[in-house]
Amino acid sequence: MSTGASETLLESEQAPGAEVPGEIAARSPRELFWRRLKRDKVALVALGIVLAMVAMAIFAPLIVKLFGLPDPNIQNDDLLGDFGEPTGPTSAHWFGVDERGRDVASRVIYGARGSLEVAFIATFLSVTIGTVVGMIAGYYRGWADTALSRVMDLFLAFPVLVLAVGLGVACADGCLGGVIQPGLNVVIFVITLTTWPYIARIMRGQVLSLREREFVEASRSLGAPDRRIIFREILPNLVAPIVVYSTVLIPQNILYEAALSFLGVGVDPSKPSWGAMISDATSIFEDAWWFMTFPGLALLITVLAFNIVGDGLQDALNPRTSR
Amino acid sequence: MGAYIVRRLLWTVVLLLVISAVTFFIFYVLPTADPAALRAGRDPSQDLIEQIRQQLGLDDPWYVQFKDYISNLVFHFDFGNSFVNNAPVKELIFDRLPNTMFLVFGAAIIWFVVGVGIGIVSAVARGSIWDRLLMGGALVAISAPVYWLGLVSLYLFSDDIGQFKIFKGAGAYQNASGFLEKCWAMFLPWCVLATAFAAIYARLLRSNLLETLSEDYIRTARAKGLSERRVIFRHGVRSAITPVITVLGLDIGILMGGAILTETVFSIDGVGRLAYDAIQRNDLSTVQGTTLFLALAVALMSLLVDIVYAFLDPRVRY
Repeated sequence: MSTGASETLLESEQAPGAEVPGEIAARSPRELFWRRLKRDKVALVALGIVLAMVAMAIFAPLIVKLFGLPDPNIQNDDLLGDFGEPTGPTSAHWFGVDERGRDVASRVIYGARGSLEVAFIATFLSVTIGTVVGMIAGYYRGWADTALSRVMDLFLAFPVLVLAVGLGVACADGCLGGVIQPGLNVVIFVITLTTWPYIARIMRGQVLSLREREFVEASRSLGAPDRRIIFREILPNLVAPIVVYSTVLIPQNILYEAALSFLGVGVDPSKPSWGAMISDATSIFEDAWWFMTFPGLALLITVLAFNIVGDGLQDALNPRTSR
Repeated sequence: MGAYIVRRLLWTVVLLLVISAVTFFIFYVLPTADPAALRAGRDPSQDLIEQIRQQLGLDDPWYVQFKDYISNLVFHFDFGNSFVNNAPVKELIFDRLPNTMFLVFGAAIIWFVVGVGIGIVSAVARGSIWDRLLMGGALVAISAPVYWLGLVSLYLFSDDIGQFKIFKGAGAYQNASGFLEKCWAMFLPWCVLATAFAAIYARLLRSNLLETLSEDYIRTARAKGLSERRVIFRHGVRSAITPVITVLGLDIGILMGGAILTETVFSIDGVGRLAYDAIQRNDLSTVQGTTLFLALAVALMSLLVDIVYAFLDPRVRY
């Protein structure tokens, strides 16, 4: 993957010179990117699914009302069977009812909120931190690089899930003297803390090779200060890898959040979550297949769609990688 | 070579110390809640909380606590006691380690063989319908949550509650005796754990192999008239597989703790299950001991991988 990403740079490096004036209609890198992406029909369909999921998360209350489903947290004992057991899919409750008489479809729709919220925020934070740290380490090199790289190695040496579980339990009532409040924030904190080093390492590698390029040298010889070189010369060339690795990281973080809530870390009972639903379903899955099936399918479809989009973006940005 | 190993060993020692310090920080300094109450399990009595506070010296300043913690760890290899049943965490872990290893090594064999096999087929038949199907399948496998896959496989195939009673279900491993019976009882967990890894390895090997096959020495090998099979296996796969083997070592190390999800679903009494049960019981000292132990295990595992790798690939020993 890293070799592929460095090829991205080769291409985007041509950005300033790409607009050749005259009769020859030059295609900007963005145009080329769209042309390649449009040819990838599977990726476009997946992109549609991703957008649909995002819309579902944003408009969850509206959608639930539109289909006449009950609120996700309403426990209706009338919906349970004669012995208080959960009941399967019916025309009124497509995905069935869980062990407390709550509508599974409604909870799956609301579950998109928690999943995507955590995944997007955590990805944004870890990409931001990773890019800043990676740029500092790669650009300044020397002791800053040594120190930061050792810190990254250290984080990468920890078994992520165990560290996350430990952190989640220790922080269940908040931590850092109240800076991190309990609930979803703990999950976001844990995910960010354990994923930024991956991004930082990739960005460091990118910056290390970028800073030796002619256009950076040219800028420096014109007397540009470090700040200008970092923000105006190097950062624009990091946009492609940032986009690619964000789309790679989002589905991973969706799975990560679901795994944590499956394990009971940072679960907020009032907010339906796909992972926590599967966890609740574990004790009764042999009788109530619908309860575990639909949240799992929602997870699978969302993550798959993100992964396909990620692959598609990567191909569109680095056409030279062999596929 | 010697210098490389010494350097690597020193870094591991530093790493182990820092890991211990980070774990201390997470479990003693970070929490807002009372550290004694956190270790006392669900609904603890006031006496128990006081007792824990005394025993761990939680009223001491943090540096005294840290000194005690490190010296217990270094001189007594002590990972603390569970305050729920007062068992030493070290013993709890060592009791369960064989089960986790059996799960992880069995799964590793499956995913390595399947993943590499699929990777080779896909790379050789690049662009064909087989390649597309296999790579599409791999993407689905990567996207499925492992615990959900476990539940679905139990619902479909386990011999107690399954729709098609083919394989042994959850908990069968605990009652199995004899190696073959244990293997059979572990078959479903192995497959479930191996699925995502096989997919990752297949994708990795495929792209490595495609890159290798476009090298000049492959053209040379073909030009001198070697059979295609020999070109692919002796010249292509042999060099494309090295990075896959590095990843394998690290994955096995990480899974020693990361099999927590699979162990939970299939009720396998492993180290991950220990951590899971401890979370459910609010038994922080067990969670802490397990985290520390597994982090140390991963650090040692990656040391081992690096040293083995240095023997295999002379280029590493710069």
